[in-house]
Amino acid sequence: MTDPLPTATAQPPRPRGFLAAWLLSTDHKRIGIMYLAALTLVLAAGAALGVLMRLSAVAPGALLNARHYNQTFTLHGVLMIFLFVIPGIPVSFGNFLLPLLIGARDVAFPRLNRLSWWLYLTGAAVILSSLFLKGGPLDTGWTFYAPYSVQTRTQVSFAVVGVFILGFSSILTGLNFVTTIHRLRAPGMGWLRMPLFPWTLYATGWVQLLATPVLAVTLVFIVLERFFGVGFFDPAKGGDPILFEHLFWIYSHPAVYIMVLPAMGVVSEIVPTFARRTVYGYRAVAFSAVCIAAVGYLVWGHHMFTSGMSDTSRTLFSLLTFLVAVPSGVKIFNWVATLHGGSIRTDAPMLFALTFIFLFSIGGLTGLIIGSLAPNLHVHATYFIVGHFHYVMFGGAGMAFLAALHYWFPKITGRLYDERAARAGWVLLFVGFNLLYFTMFVLGLQGMPRRYFDYPARYFPGHMTATVGSWILALGLAVVLGNLLRALRRGAPAPADPWGGTTLEWTTSSPPPPENFEEIPVVTRGPYAYGEGARR
Amino acid sequence: MTAVAGAGAQAHGEGGAKLGMWLFLLTELLFFSGAFLLYAVFRARYAAGFHAAAADESTAIGTANTLVLLTSSLCMALAIAALRQGRVRASLLGQGATMLLGLVFLAVKATEWAGKIGRGLYPDSPVLLRREHGEVLFFGLYYVLTGIHAVHVAIGIGVIAAAFLLTARGRLGPGRYALLENAGLFWHFVDVVWIYLFPLFYLVT
Ligand code: HEM
Ligand SMILES: [Cu+2]
Repeated sequence: MTDPLPTATAQPPRPRGFLAAWLLSTDHKRIGIMYLAALTLVLAAGAALGVLMRLSAVAPGALLNARHYNQTFTLHGVLMIFLFVIPGIPVSFGNFLLPLLIGARDVAFPRLNRLSWWLYLTGAAVILSSLFLKGGPLDTGWTFYAPYSVQTRTQVSFAVVGVFILGFSSILTGLNFVTTIHRLRAPGMGWLRMPLFPWTLYATGWVQLLATPVLAVTLVFIVLERFFGVGFFDPAKGGDPILFEHLFWIYSHPAVYIMVLPAMGVVSEIVPTFARRTVYGYRAVAFSAVCIAAVGYLVWGHHMFTSGMSDTSRTLFSLLTFLVAVPSGVKIFNWVATLHGGSIRTDAPMLFALTFIFLFSIGGLTGLIIGSLAPNLHVHATYFIVGHFHYVMFGGAGMAFLAALHYWFPKITGRLYDERAARAGWVLLFVGFNLLYFTMFVLGLQGMPRRYFDYPARYFPGHMTATVGSWILALGLAVVLGNLLRALRRGAPAPADPWGGTTLEWTTSSPPPPENFEEIPVVTRGPYAYGEGARR
Repeated sequence: MTAVAGAGAQAHGEGGAKLGMWLFLLTELLFFSGAFLLYAVFRARYAAGFHAAAADESTAIGTANTLVLLTSSLCMALAIAALRQGRVRASLLGQGATMLLGLVFLAVKATEWAGKIGRGLYPDSPVLLRREHGEVLFFGLYYVLTGIHAVHVAIGIGVIAAAFLLTARGRLGPGRYALLENAGLFWHFVDVVWIYLFPLFYLVT
């Protein structure tokens, strides 16, 4: 078998088993690839659970009883959120590409990077172990809301400890990336010559550093409540469950930006390459990432409009929520302006990137609807919310993940994939996605509550439509991933720069050599230099 | 350690390590602030109960432990300065003293906890649940916050122990003391957190 992946670990040559050579490697590229494999597996498993839920919804009770339904959507949520979208693009593509994009040989702390990866594996193992331990998989929803999470007999403690460990992994990755960007940019690469993906990784790193500890302490509280009955969230002892919601969302709203900022970074790399134009308003796009990260801290309360809050704070949180739309809008307009007048090529990465822009816009606009007080009261905890967050997280972060997968696949593996299969998969994904989740908006407006395993007959047509959508979507996912897996073995060798990209990763071979560059590049101009003299 | 991937990256290691440590301490600070937030909310809600419960704490023991921890921070600072100047033995002495004082702090804390638990004052205990909400939450916060702090002290001792071994074997020295400096930063941080915990629990009566 030919090994299409980089082989050297950059360690002194010591005879090692295949597994050890990977697991003990501190090479950011290997770590990135291992994360990538793990994430793809989680995505597939999580999607299978999603399809299972949809199946159950067309014949409530036949497949899953109420308890099992609760456990399924919880596991689906926990897998997708904590093991897929939050680590997501930064740990996989960020790890592989950040040093390449800024012209460095590795991240600032290679061994810490390896530790993050091990912590990710440990966290995943601990969460999965909760499936087999006494009490069975947890049924709290991925939000672990108190007081239920304190009372339920399902295996909450293990899952929560697992998420705590994942949080540690996330913090260390953020810390590593922020330090890397501060200290290891290639000579000549000032901040304003840095490509946009590193910019978003930088903003994300800060969000990881500033938000994750709050989740960590909240999770510690849950475990302490369960084991020692401390009483912080128990009204009988003077505690307050609403405080749990505050602490939880102080992390989990910014976490949305941990998911979506890097996705925006990926799109900002792909759009100029396939439009053959410099990004319109580079500075605005770069700074808006930082703005989104900053304002994103102040809006957690919009998850709690119905939980009991003063009218003043509700109005304030609603207003601030609208404010986040501004920098996000800046990005969208700048991408569109970049496309305008460009000579656009629609290869697979570009198709997924454009899909991101389209679906994320719908997710964002519906976000404004539920960020306003009156509609929120109407659609709170209905399928409208489920539709909204899938448009943002799957249509946004998920599609960007697939875009990145296609864009950098030749660089990472040194192979080319079949473009026609990629497009076919994309069509299926696009159709299935909208059939599934747009229907959820409709169901939600009609009043179908989320997290219910049964419903009155009048919602049946909607559920049936969504379920058919889930089949098409799953098929699309299978085609897309199958195509790439096949290319791993059979793909034609990739050149160093298959797309005509201008950022530094395309200047080195595919896959890159152990230390990335023969010689550390010296940067003399900004990224995306298509403008002056280059063709339009 | 031996050279690892990205020799170029490692060259930036010493300065980068310090930046990394500061960022890490920032996350630690936020971790504690979650708990401080709860303290603030509950304190505002049950001022009288907090007042009453704090009377249970011995200010004398708290003060003594504060002094122990402050002295340990001083020892740590001296140990770093000594290593920087190449006085390895003095540095080892300072590090040893820091660890010893850390252990004293933990011992004092343990007796304090044991005394309270002996009187039936612990979370969810029948004795405590008979008291009013403010007191229940005060003691809940007391155990959680001092507990988390104690875990940090223990981790700090572990890290200093590692630095001690590396120093003794000559792996840390005048040209290479980032690890000890970072251990010191962590230790001072633990100290600072205690400086906040002390008034919150011992001096609020
Ligand atoms: C094939 C793909 C997918 C399908 C069929 C699917 C389907 C579903 C369904 C039916 C629910 C339950 C709704 C409810 O009863 O409230 C759900 C919840 C959820 N999904 Fe998905 N989903 C898919 C992909 C994703 C992805 C990619 C993500 C994240 C990136 C995601 C994140 C979530 C979350 C966070 C929940 C909430 C769980 C909870 O209520 O605790 N899903 N999904
Ligand atoms: Cu939010």
